[in-house]
Amino acid sequence: MYSPTIILEALVNGLMLGAVYALIALGLTLIYGVLHIVNFAHGALLTVSMYLVWIGCEYFGLDPYVAILFVTPAMFAIGYFLQRLVIGPASRGSDNGILLVTLGLSIVIQNLLLAGFNSDTRTIVTDYAFGVIPLGPLLLSQPRVIGLAVSVVTAGLLWLVLNRTDIGKAIRAVAKEKLGASLVGIDVAHVYAMTFAIGTACLAIAGGLLMPSFYVSPTTGAAFVLVAFTIVVLGGMGSIPGALIGGLLIGVVEAASSLFLGDSLGQIGIFLIFILVLLFKPTGLFGAR
Amino acid sequence: MKKAELLCALAFLIVLGLLALVGLPGNILNLFIFMMIITLTAQGWNLLGGYGGLSSFGHAAFFGTGAYAMTVLQTSFGINAWVALVCGVALGALVGAFIGFLSFRAGLKGSYFALITLAFAEVLRILANSWDFTGGAAGMMIKLQNGFAYLQFSDRRYFFLILLVFVALALFLSRWLERSAFGAYLIALRENDQAAQALGVDIFRVKMQAITLSAGLTALAGCLYAQNFLFIDANVAYGSWISIEALFAAIVGGAGTLIGPLIGAVLLLGLGEVTKSFSGGIAGLDLVVFGIILVLCVAFAPNGIRGFFANLKRRRSAAAEAA
Amino acid sequence: MLKAQNLTKRFSGLLAVDNASIEVQQGSITGLIGPNGAGKTTLFAMIAGFLPPNGGSVTFEGEDITQEKPHLRARRGLARTFQIVQPFAGLNVRDNIAVGAYLHTKDPDEAKRQASLTAEKVGLGRELDKLASGLTIAGRKRLELARALATRPKLLLLDEVLAGLNPSEIRDVLPIIRQIRDEGVTILMIEHIMQAVMNLCDTVHVLSQGKMIASGEPRIVCNDPAVIEAYLGHGAAERIRSEGKANA
Repeated sequence: MYSPTIILEALVNGLMLGAVYALIALGLTLIYGVLHIVNFAHGALLTVSMYLVWIGCEYFGLDPYVAILFVTPAMFAIGYFLQRLVIGPASRGSDNGILLVTLGLSIVIQNLLLAGFNSDTRTIVTDYAFGVIPLGPLLLSQPRVIGLAVSVVTAGLLWLVLNRTDIGKAIRAVAKEKLGASLVGIDVAHVYAMTFAIGTACLAIAGGLLMPSFYVSPTTGAAFVLVAFTIVVLGGMGSIPGALIGGLLIGVVEAASSLFLGDSLGQIGIFLIFILVLLFKPTGLFGAR
Repeated sequence: MKKAELLCALAFLIVLGLLALVGLPGNILNLFIFMMIITLTAQGWNLLGGYGGLSSFGHAAFFGTGAYAMTVLQTSFGINAWVALVCGVALGALVGAFIGFLSFRAGLKGSYFALITLAFAEVLRILANSWDFTGGAAGMMIKLQNGFAYLQFSDRRYFFLILLVFVALALFLSRWLERSAFGAYLIALRENDQAAQALGVDIFRVKMQAITLSAGLTALAGCLYAQNFLFIDANVAYGSWISIEALFAAIVGGAGTLIGPLIGAVLLLGLGEVTKSFSGGIAGLDLVVFGIILVLCVAFAPNGIRGFFANLKRRRSAAAEAA
Repeated sequence: MLKAQNLTKRFSGLLAVDNASIEVQQGSITGLIGPNGAGKTTLFAMIAGFLPPNGGSVTFEGEDITQEKPHLRARRGLARTFQIVQPFAGLNVRDNIAVGAYLHTKDPDEAKRQASLTAEKVGLGRELDKLASGLTIAGRKRLELARALATRPKLLLLDEVLAGLNPSEIRDVLPIIRQIRDEGVTILMIEHIMQAVMNLCDTVHVLSQGKMIASGEPRIVCNDPAVIEAYLGHGAAERIRSEGKANA
């Protein structure tokens, strides 16, 4: 009933959407891997970055991809200060405390956006939103091709930052052995905040990649947060390659289940994977332990 | 002191009931009804998340099951409202036992438990949103029929009084729990599950009992919610808003305390009304206030408002002793 | 009363306990000693059911309990304390101990009464209403002991209950342990403080690098060259003997 071309096209488009998912999950898994916290505010912060991109386009006439250049440092700063001034001090390091603080934050952010922008969905009109790139028999969505390319480049950059820079080395040291790192003079609170900032900055890029083909409303991020958690858990909490592969996989699963089950039931596939992985392999497919 | 806490709460409920009987403006009565439904939901959450330390982010799964059972059984099967209520509670408890069995068997706790409960609630929401017998995305209505047998009243005060009775019963349930061996075991496994096992506590069994009880109570709140508004859809019944309100009320009021959920629900919804009236109808600001209060609570009053005052009292008596 | 045979535990390549056997006679105080990292606590965890062994068996009062969960062993009368104390921090001393007492009574008033009595016995009688998190180290060690006692064990596994105490506190706790035995509770204890081992134990087993290297009366075991070498390094026994001769 479906021609192979339609199925293949859906899968390839899913794969490309998965690349953007992977970028979102990358930020989340980095934060988990270093701070060992489940950042519930990640979805709400994605919404913030999408609104910032939208503002850039609507009021300053920027192209969404150009807006990324401005939104990324803004999100970096937001992430840094959020961790340094709110999450760190308020949660006092307890697992439950952090979970609740980030949940509280996500609700504050989501509803501030609701109060500021009301619940209308906002979109950006670009001339390439519906553009397609032909590849053999397949027609690929242009924004998604760009999404895939930028996500891969960003993941590469992140790898370079973690492995080739001083702050990257400090981050890896803190992730492995917090006490030891602080004993050799690394400022752990600063490294935590930097990690959180980098994780949040990933969202700025993801937001810019999503906006041309997606819309934003105050609850948009909430839809992504469970998807991102699924990817992170699937890939193994804290594992960066795991997040990449997990993201691609989930993109494909979503595309396949939307195709076969319809849009409203489509998301169920992701949640079922999430539940099954948590129940049977909580360390994930590529878990460190 | 614990007894005084119970008496205080009961007195408060009686005052609310008397106020309603003397006469309240309709919108205030509606607010009170909503407060009591949230209280009941939070009391359910508190049994597991407060006493047992297993914070669920997905109590909507139980609330929604109660609400849908109530609606579907009455509307599609013509079953009596009270029978539907009992079935709703039982079904909610069953869903709780199912989720608990899988999660606790896998040894999930902390953030993992929070996330998996959220995922279960979302699965149920999506299912209810797409299945025909739950009315799909259009939702479902309960037929308007007044009378005690239908659990619907032309005078809404009676519904409120029945709600107050349920909240009081839940208070007695919590009180029983605080004084029982089961409660002691539940609190013990929250504080340290290894030590509890060493002392002969079957932690799997205790957690199973706790989640079943907790889910049943929250399902009861869902049943009453459906019966009050006579309309539900998937985003209301299984929406994350109710999971979050339950958690907020219990934690802000004082998780693992008898009257915490009541204090929290009354305070949060009261404050929500105040914010709404000041903000001139801008949607969302009341929830912003909720969120900020939650963060402040975690930072400065980890045991909620109830714990905050208990601490003050303890400190004052210690100071008096020292003097 | 307790018989652990050929217990083995591997942690991804590291052999923590290697074919170790230990037997505890009813009514005795049996010591388990050995250098740091010898695998004593791992052995304890296998006996109490907190770690599944890779090989070997545990029998208690003639029944094989190797596969049994910890809480079931506790119900049989096998109680343990933890080397790193594990109090229910948010509860007061009475409620902490009562959790143990609930194993025998479902009545809260009775459980609390028993808890007070047990607290009295270990010298916590004056701190019943204190939060466990507010106790000193010595207090927490006593609390560990009291909680385990409240389950009315037949066999009590004590994992370094004296560690971290000062000499006068140790002097206070020794008679308590002896009294527990005199009331009919068999005791198996891990201990580093030799004064206590010499003082209390009828039999001592020595674990080194996961292997049981000696057992017998404390005085004899402590002069065993293999034991001295395990503690002080290869050749130490020889050196001590020759120094002893030189001094004589």
